[in-house]
Amino acid sequence: MSQLQFFLALIAGGLSAIALALSLITPFEQGLLLKAFLALGVVSLLRFVVPMGPWADGVLAVLGATALLTSLEVFAPAPPYFWLALTVTWLFAWLFVERLSHTLAPRLSDNAGLGLLIPVMFGAALLVVWEVVTRGANVPPVLLPAPSMIGAQLVNSAPILWADFVQTFIKSVLPGYAIGCLSGLAVAILVDRSPFLKAGLLPIGNFMSALPIIGIAPIMVMWFGFDWQSKAAVVVAMTFFPMLVNTVAGLNASSAIERDLMRTYAANYWQTLMKLRLPAAGPFIFNALKINSTLALIGAIVAEFFGTPVVGMGFRISTGVGRLAIDLVWAEIAVAAIAGSAFYGVIALIERGVTFWHPSVRGGRA
Amino acid sequence: MTRALPILTVLLAIVVIWYAAAIGMNSPWQNTLNTRAGLTDLPFTDFALQTWAQDRPLLPAPHQVIGEIWNATVALELTSKRSLAYHGWITLSSTLLGFVLGTALGVALAVIIVHNEAANRSLMPWIIASQTIPILAIAPMVVVGLGSIGITGTVPRALISMYLSFFPVVVGMVKGLRSPEAIQLDLMRTYDASPWQTFWKLRWPAAMPMLFASMKVGIAISLVGAVVSELSNAAGGGLGVRLLTGSYNGQTIQIWAALFIAAALAAVLVMLVGAAERLVNARMGVRA
Repeated sequence: MSQLQFFLALIAGGLSAIALALSLITPFEQGLLLKAFLALGVVSLLRFVVPMGPWADGVLAVLGATALLTSLEVFAPAPPYFWLALTVTWLFAWLFVERLSHTLAPRLSDNAGLGLLIPVMFGAALLVVWEVVTRGANVPPVLLPAPSMIGAQLVNSAPILWADFVQTFIKSVLPGYAIGCLSGLAVAILVDRSPFLKAGLLPIGNFMSALPIIGIAPIMVMWFGFDWQSKAAVVVAMTFFPMLVNTVAGLNASSAIERDLMRTYAANYWQTLMKLRLPAAGPFIFNALKINSTLALIGAIVAEFFGTPVVGMGFRISTGVGRLAIDLVWAEIAVAAIAGSAFYGVIALIERGVTFWHPSVRGGRA
Repeated sequence: MTRALPILTVLLAIVVIWYAAAIGMNSPWQNTLNTRAGLTDLPFTDFALQTWAQDRPLLPAPHQVIGEIWNATVALELTSKRSLAYHGWITLSSTLLGFVLGTALGVALAVIIVHNEAANRSLMPWIIASQTIPILAIAPMVVVGLGSIGITGTVPRALISMYLSFFPVVVGMVKGLRSPEAIQLDLMRTYDASPWQTFWKLRWPAAMPMLFASMKVGIAISLVGAVVSELSNAAGGGLGVRLLTGSYNGQTIQIWAALFIAAALAAVLVMLVGAAERLVNARMGVRA
């Protein structure tokens, strides 16, 4: 047991004892499951005498979360021991994740399922805290709605959300992203051949990729109209320059000794490019692809704030804020987050396959 | 001179294309105007000059934008609400605060992620997911929410800048701190180096190129965050407000002038990071 684990276990058990003592003054049958959880938390201190597997901590964390969620309705103002129980649940979840990743760390490749459990656990813990805090402390729904409310809205307005997704993601983001990245890559390879153009275009490309390009959204809306074309144009402008700059930097990533080796092989320009320099530029290109995947979605949504037909994620968000339909706004944000993460995840998977030789991937990590 | 010549050539080409595009894009409206005024058979040079001097052109000519910038900076008092220098300063202050906070947070998170397997597995997917939340949507909520607990002015906007700028730093630094090869890490182990020594003598220097590359992205995106967060509060001022009012009133010249100032700010900031990079490289003995 490491030092961190020792302290986590000690604090979790100790806080359980304090919370249990505080809960004794309330009627016995109130929040029974919560009290049972706290009692088990105190019992877990026995781990310093009898070894306890990491799964016991996981079960405790899940039990704590269940107890907290089911007893939300019981208390009118939540008592202090309720908040202590929330902290204890968080600590058990942390301890579980810490111990699980320690047992996983030496064997990296053969536990994809278990490895996935850890971020899921963290996300679930975050959701539970959000739900418990917003409902337990009566946060006004206009400020921050509970996840359950957002989830209900997600199901109820599924057709609207789907139409918005098609308008924003399929029609604006994907074409814009493809055009922007491909043209950035092509221009970078062309520019790389001519030192004169490289010296001229690269500072300007750097300058442009540093621009707040979202600012051209009102101009694009004036030029290309309200529909998806103007959003795709904004996405193209936003994704082009990061790709250009990263690819040019990547093409210089191969060392002089490697290029000399290619020359001793009598390799021509295209052979050197395809077999050495483009593969060596892989990490840089994928870096740009990943940065662009998030930029593209943000760009398309923000561009919709400046004018859009009556469909689209940005339109729904801006009108939702105006009508104080905050749960619909959050449902839309959830859809955007899921779409963006999936987009990023697909690119990261491709990167693992293509740049398998890079130390950052070879270590088993993306 | 050898470095400036290619840049000047490309810039000149851009300006020429721009003027030509301005003629093309503004000509339909100019034709309408001229037909109304009964002007026909104008020589092409006169017509071109007309398209470069419209009040609300579809594409303003560069000299119109530069004239607007001159009028809105040098010709005005610094404290005037119409001065671009005043709005630029508002944007710059929240950009810098957000960038410093974002870089510090990003480096700290990257160090934790590289050294703690649990943090790596639980945080990394969510840091990536956090970036897919469209920031402008929550910018009004962040500004309103922080305003209700008494935090107003630069800080809420800087928080949005921070939120945007920590991401490239985390991703770049995690990659940079992991860039040492296994054989180099093994060498440190044979020296019996402590984790602290391995970090300062191997991982940190190895991560420097990635740190500066991501800081360049970070400071630029931090400026974007500052501009975008200003869209939610038209009374607060800043370059974003100039963009918004320009777009509402169809003042294209004003939009372009604000864009140019934002671009100049971004360029200066990125150049400063680049200068710092060269300084650090020189100290570490890297030859260009």
